[in-house]
Amino acid sequence: MKTVIIKYNAGNVQSVMYALDRIGVNYLWTDDETEIRSADRVIFPGVGEASTAMSYLREKGLDKVIPSLTQPVLGTCVGMQLMCRHSEENDTTCMGIFDIDVKRFQSSEYKVPHVGWNNIYNFKNGLTEGLNENSFMYFVHSYYAELSPYTVATCDYVQPFSAMLQKDNFYAAQFHTEISGKEGQRIIENFLKV
Amino acid sequence: MLTKRIIPCLDIKDGRTVKGTNFVNLRDAGDPVELGAIYAEQGADELVFLDITATVDNRKTLIDLVRNVARHVNIPFTVGGGISSIEDVSALLNAGADKVSINSSAVRRPELIDELALNFGSQCIIVAIDTRFVEGEHIVHTHGGRKPTELRTIAWAKEVEDRGAGEILLTSMDTDGTKAGFANELTSIISANSSIPIIASGGAGTMEHFYDVFTEGKADAGLAASIFHFKEIDIIDLKTYLKEKGVAIRL
Repeated sequence: MKTVIIKYNAGNVQSVMYALDRIGVNYLWTDDETEIRSADRVIFPGVGEASTAMSYLREKGLDKVIPSLTQPVLGTCVGMQLMCRHSEENDTTCMGIFDIDVKRFQSSEYKVPHVGWNNIYNFKNGLTEGLNENSFMYFVHSYYAELSPYTVATCDYVQPFSAMLQKDNFYAAQFHTEISGKEGQRIIENFLKV
Repeated sequence: MLTKRIIPCLDIKDGRTVKGTNFVNLRDAGDPVELGAIYAEQGADELVFLDITATVDNRKTLIDLVRNVARHVNIPFTVGGGISSIEDVSALLNAGADKVSINSSAVRRPELIDELALNFGSQCIIVAIDTRFVEGEHIVHTHGGRKPTELRTIAWAKEVEDRGAGEILLTSMDTDGTKAGFANELTSIISANSSIPIIASGGAGTMEHFYDVFTEGKADAGLAASIFHFKEIDIIDLKTYLKEKGVAIRL
């Protein structure tokens, strides 16, 4: 099986690579369209700022490639946000795979960013197979995807938001699967099996 | 619910943990990778590796260590000690560290915080503040708390947040090593003043001290070293205790 990690200007993909190493999966880190299209699984990681990431993707034509992929794709953190329609982070038009918006947490009571381990619940797809409802995952983010028909796992911070999304072959997680302990690893393993 | 974090800190010298440990099941008590993996297994929420040597040769050893930790540990970890440039941070993040912690270099040149936040994102930049109560005021210290600066702790905490720090690691030199409890009052003032998470450090001696720092101290995370290394407090027992007392905890 060929697994590709999409190469773009998102920071720190190293932990994603090590997570795949721990599972024992070979991967290719590339921005080459042919390589991406021929992969069996595509991982779209993300740490960083939405508008900078989107301009890089546009420059490389990846903003057209990613939405047209037909194999299973997993976006994480900012990767997930870029798969939505629009992000309030620097008013950024995103790829629109999920036609929902990404908003900034607004609260005088809660600290923003949302940093640390939080429980996810209301599981609706195979990626959480084998996990208990309310498993804990590691989050670091100031923006969130609203709840929608694509929401397949929910998390509460300020208000309920989408912890995971799915539409057809597109999967996404707001938290960092790669550093969320055994449970996070299970989600990656489930993705590699779908 | 977002949970409070328990963070063991490992002091590293020449790529090995120092201060010793009391883990009977460790093949090699000085191996930070093995110790880190054990803590992760026991439910530690994050790890901090503090490099207390900072020569050029040791930096290479540290990078190898970070790579090795990242391969074996599946929870977030932070590396601190002697970091003073974009290049230092880049090397550590590329080796697999999730966050870095800066201290003296930020005091020397506060713009470094802005530069790091811009280059790498606030989420991976922790500013460590060592503080001591001197003549009625909380004063920032450097060099492991030995050297006083001109900076007032509460104002400095606000400044590092404004400059883009993602979290603050607050160590009270007054309570550090005493095992008499965290500096709850100062921690709560700084936590109430900031919108970024505060990791409290210095003074943990009992499980109740963690309860106090999360409730009175309003800390988002509690960090400790020797009580975990010498097994005076077991992480699972601590987390069970806190959960039973009503604190939001990942178990």
